[in-house]
Amino acid sequence: MSEFKTNSRLERVLKSGYFAVTGECGPPRGADPEAIRKKGELLKGCVDAVNVTDCQTAVVRMSSLASCLILKEMGFDPILQMVTRDRNRIAIQSDILGAAALGINNLLCLTGDHQKAGDHPQAKNVFDLDSIQMVAMVKRMRDEGKFLNGEDLTVRPRLFIGAAENPFADPFEIRTLRLAKKVAAGADFIQTQCIFNIPKFKEWMKMVVDMGLHEKVFILAGITPLKSVGMARYMKNMVPGMDVPDELIERLKGVPKEKQGEEGVKIAIEMIQEIREIPGVHGVHLMAIEWEEKVREIVEGAGLLPRPQV
Amino acid sequence: MVVGEQKPLEEILKMIEPFDRLIIAGCKGCVAVCAAGGEREVKFLASAIRTARKAQGREIEIREVTLERQCDPEYVEQIRGFVYDYQAILSLACGVGVQYLAEHYSRIPALPGINTAFVGGAEKQGVWSEKCQCCGNCVLHLTGGICPITRCSKSLLNGPCGGSSNGRCEIDPQVPCGWYLIVERLKELGQLDRYLEIIPPKDWSQSRDGGPRKIIREDLLR
Amino acid sequence: MPCSGRVESLHLIKCFEEGIDGVFVAGCLEGECHFLVGNLQAKRRVQYVKKVLQSIGINPMRLEMYNLSAAMGSRFAEITWEITNRIKELGPNPVKTGKGREV
Repeated sequence: MSEFKTNSRLERVLKSGYFAVTGECGPPRGADPEAIRKKGELLKGCVDAVNVTDCQTAVVRMSSLASCLILKEMGFDPILQMVTRDRNRIAIQSDILGAAALGINNLLCLTGDHQKAGDHPQAKNVFDLDSIQMVAMVKRMRDEGKFLNGEDLTVRPRLFIGAAENPFADPFEIRTLRLAKKVAAGADFIQTQCIFNIPKFKEWMKMVVDMGLHEKVFILAGITPLKSVGMARYMKNMVPGMDVPDELIERLKGVPKEKQGEEGVKIAIEMIQEIREIPGVHGVHLMAIEWEEKVREIVEGAGLLPRPQV
Repeated sequence: MVVGEQKPLEEILKMIEPFDRLIIAGCKGCVAVCAAGGEREVKFLASAIRTARKAQGREIEIREVTLERQCDPEYVEQIRGFVYDYQAILSLACGVGVQYLAEHYSRIPALPGINTAFVGGAEKQGVWSEKCQCCGNCVLHLTGGICPITRCSKSLLNGPCGGSSNGRCEIDPQVPCGWYLIVERLKELGQLDRYLEIIPPKDWSQSRDGGPRKIIREDLLR
Repeated sequence: MPCSGRVESLHLIKCFEEGIDGVFVAGCLEGECHFLVGNLQAKRRVQYVKKVLQSIGINPMRLEMYNLSAAMGSRFAEITWEITNRIKELGPNPVKTGKGREV
């Protein structure tokens, strides 16, 4: 894993042995570039790369690619997120070539939330491919210069390929098998769904290390700071696949309402410090959605500033 | 079998609003099995429509007929003797039946009384669920006999997705996660190693995506 | 009939087609059906036909199901009185008057 496959800053940070930090940005529900720029300002200097979500929760937002470009202009190394829900293989390959041509270096391949829970539940969905097939397809485009149908493309898209994983959502037996599949398909890095149950996450990482997967793919643990006890409860009860231990809720409850955000930040910092010690974890993916102003505080508090110059 | 459900009565009444002489045609096939359009349903609907009309002070003459199958020209022909004595046919068969009637009797409107919903089977009395998407390229041998195209809400071939939770699908806790079921079945069959194989992108050209389909058996042609 | 479970939806709708002002189905107390669940099936059918009546503009209150045992003579009288009163208030079945929807 010494040679660089792309121009991705994230790739350089990871391969140079640093603990990576990635952030996340949700685009606006309008044709407003300023909204992205404002979020970018808050993240400047705190992250090695930043994800831009793709109509997350099946709610229409400005396109990920457009938003990535705006962030790129500000000096960021954006991670383009692409879901298979809305595009077929023709459009996906086309967008991949476009993104690479525009200087985007990272792609996170996702299946995507079902449109039933989104703001346009009457839409037809696509799901021509799943995320694993997308990973394999992009890898082939990058490393072999071939389209999905086997024909040659002209200039290869040099994208650092990512996929997501949820250590808590699967039937037990296949938790690591799923990760193995994504690695076999060609994923370079993995970002996990946000973790609140550190002991359980440690268990999963142990299985991952036993399978040797940590040497084949870079794993970034997802962390989301809790704003309030209400948010903690919501994540515990209303978001599928989320494991929020009761101790966390109790801890937030035990603090007056106006101090809960501060406590949430403290908790996030502690969690990052803990996961840094777990073998096989190569970085943290900080998802402070609509709370981007706390990212600097958290990254700094966890001793991860300044970000390395690579 | 094809499973459907009768359209809401208000919708049916609106559809037949201009007509005073109507045929209600049921079918003894799939729709009779799922109690949507068999002989009993024809009788009930006819009575309900007559009642509605009488309450409005209007008359309606309804000819009730139930065909063996409406997806077969032989049976559809059986009503030719009287069909044009009426102004419209309300078919309680699936979408196929409605189209056969429309084709055979093109001078009067053929109206759908059923919303044809899916291809599936009975779970128990009164409950039917979707099982097959007619994708034209069956992979049930790879997934322990459980269809990933149908039972997985996202039709994943390498599932489950991250939204699978406690064996339930993210779209509705009442819906089992298709891939959870597949994994459990593969375990039972001792085929869990299959799970590691990456199933490649599907050839959708053999499904409805490739255009309306037709099957011809040369050996059976006359 | 031997059991309320034998009442078919078709019988119920036909009553209204023929102009009957009100129908009540008497079934055994829940849990005491001689045929186990006949009375529950009757209940479901009555609910279904009530919905149909609503759709076609006939007041679903004209159809009702009551549960009682053969020994409850006074309850039976009570119910009969209730239903008769109810139907009197609702007036004749619109099928007879042809005046249009009543709901």
